[in-house]
Amino acid sequence: MAEQQQDARVPTVVADDLHIVYRVNGAKTGKGSATAALSRILKRGEERGVRKVHAVRGVSFVAYRGEAIGLIGSNGSGKSTLLRAIAGLLPAEQGKVYTDGQPSLLGVNAALMNDLTGERNVILGGLAMGMSREEIKERYQDIVDFSGINEKGDFITLPMRTYSSGMAARLRFSIAAAKDHDVLMIDEALATGDRKFQKRSEDRIRELRKEAGTVFLVSHNNKSIRDTCNRVLWLERGELRMDGPTDEVLKEYEKFTGK
Amino acid sequence: MSETTHDATVAVTPPAAPDEGLTARELAAKHGLTVSGARPSLVEYVRQLWDRRHFILAFSRAKLTAQYSQAKLGQLWQVATPLLNAAVYFFIFGLLLEADRGLPREVYIPFLVTGVFVFTFTQSSVMAGVRAISGNLGLVRALHFPRASLPISFALQQLQQLLFSMIVLFAVTIGFGHYPDLSWLLIVPVLVLQFCFNTGLALIMARAGAKTPDLAQLMPFVMRTWMYASGVMFSIPIFLADKPAWIANLLQWNPAAIYMDLMRFALIDDYGAKFLPDHVWAAAGAWAVLFAVGGFVYFWKAEERYGRG
Repeated sequence: MAEQQQDARVPTVVADDLHIVYRVNGAKTGKGSATAALSRILKRGEERGVRKVHAVRGVSFVAYRGEAIGLIGSNGSGKSTLLRAIAGLLPAEQGKVYTDGQPSLLGVNAALMNDLTGERNVILGGLAMGMSREEIKERYQDIVDFSGINEKGDFITLPMRTYSSGMAARLRFSIAAAKDHDVLMIDEALATGDRKFQKRSEDRIRELRKEAGTVFLVSHNNKSIRDTCNRVLWLERGELRMDGPTDEVLKEYEKFTGK
Repeated sequence: MSETTHDATVAVTPPAAPDEGLTARELAAKHGLTVSGARPSLVEYVRQLWDRRHFILAFSRAKLTAQYSQAKLGQLWQVATPLLNAAVYFFIFGLLLEADRGLPREVYIPFLVTGVFVFTFTQSSVMAGVRAISGNLGLVRALHFPRASLPISFALQQLQQLLFSMIVLFAVTIGFGHYPDLSWLLIVPVLVLQFCFNTGLALIMARAGAKTPDLAQLMPFVMRTWMYASGVMFSIPIFLADKPAWIANLLQWNPAAIYMDLMRFALIDDYGAKFLPDHVWAAAGAWAVLFAVGGFVYFWKAEERYGRG
């Protein structure tokens, strides 16, 4: 902690000329007939029939311990892709990301199953995030209480498909937010549910942020960026357009978006 | 939040004030940062996988439960589905095509049911393996875990499915007068070996399917060919008696046929060693080890690339 106060700041994430390319099958330009597809397969060489989407183009930055970094930019500018690449979930086409420990994305939606009860989803989600069975048992009641699922009766023992979309979102957030992270990344629109729950989840994010070494937040809400971040990266068309203190970057960004 | 970072540079270049002059690589090395998403060593990978054993088991059981959770009869389908499957095969091959040639009825029906269930175990492990990564890209792109957890979990799900089918199988076998004896204990090693083989195959298919999702369309035909060639509904030595011996040998030595024959040998009293090829246990073990180890290493080699899809 003392070290942090001195000017020898500790880097936690170093991105070095990072490029991310998605490959999309079956969305290629030109003829879409079966024979065209066949001839593409037979003609070997430069991966035919696959369209490439260059989502992140040469982004470099260094993030330090104790920073809360906002990622802004218009839709499709590569914000979420950049987060996933930092987390090591998407392989880099070129360049590298160096991290201190294992950054994690806040969210477990993909691991949960609608046909299972809320109860089993809490356990499954916790295990998927790498928690041990004991940790989950310990936090189970907190997770359920936080979600507020049982406020209107015993819903936690019903399959998740019977939940209203708000309830399901609340449970998903509660599970995701149950684990502490070292480098934490939060994708936009996490604070879901009714007003009361929104407030509760914002508080929880703030708590998580305090525990985490470095936080990345993707959001379209300039207010929440201003509230939480002290540095902002502005991405546009996969390129880093600006990197600096929140106020300066947001001012330029608002000028750019014509607000 | 500390306000100390407000003096960071405004320019697009990385603000590396105290470490000025270092390249990204040197800066990372100086502070002990590691490449994000790099592939761990094989030993480390096995250790990570072991740490995730509870997740692997919970995921497979969740998938199994979710399968029939919308049906009115619920989990009863776990047993009813294999039973209906066996009935269909018996109707077509036992009654219409008379594929039971050379085997008495009380041997043929357990023979057929065993074959169908044991082959289905391998078949569904392969099919689940093909989609293990390509069908779960959302999960792969959201959370960290050794990716081998997925194909292993799916193979485990099929093993649990088979254990349900075993209830039907035991009922059929006993119903045709083959009572449990010591040889039934052989079921355990057979299942273990076949599970190892299936898991290895699922791992191979998972990597191939992640790169080429088209395999999901192709595999049903491959699997059906394999099924008809493995003697699921007929006895290979009896049917191919008038053909050159090497054909029967080749078919009998294929892993699916070996595991089916061993299971029949364990369960059915009159299905003796004369129906089995030589060195059958050695072959069963060799296939299991070869695929489990080979498949695991093959899958691990592409570990860092699975998120690409």
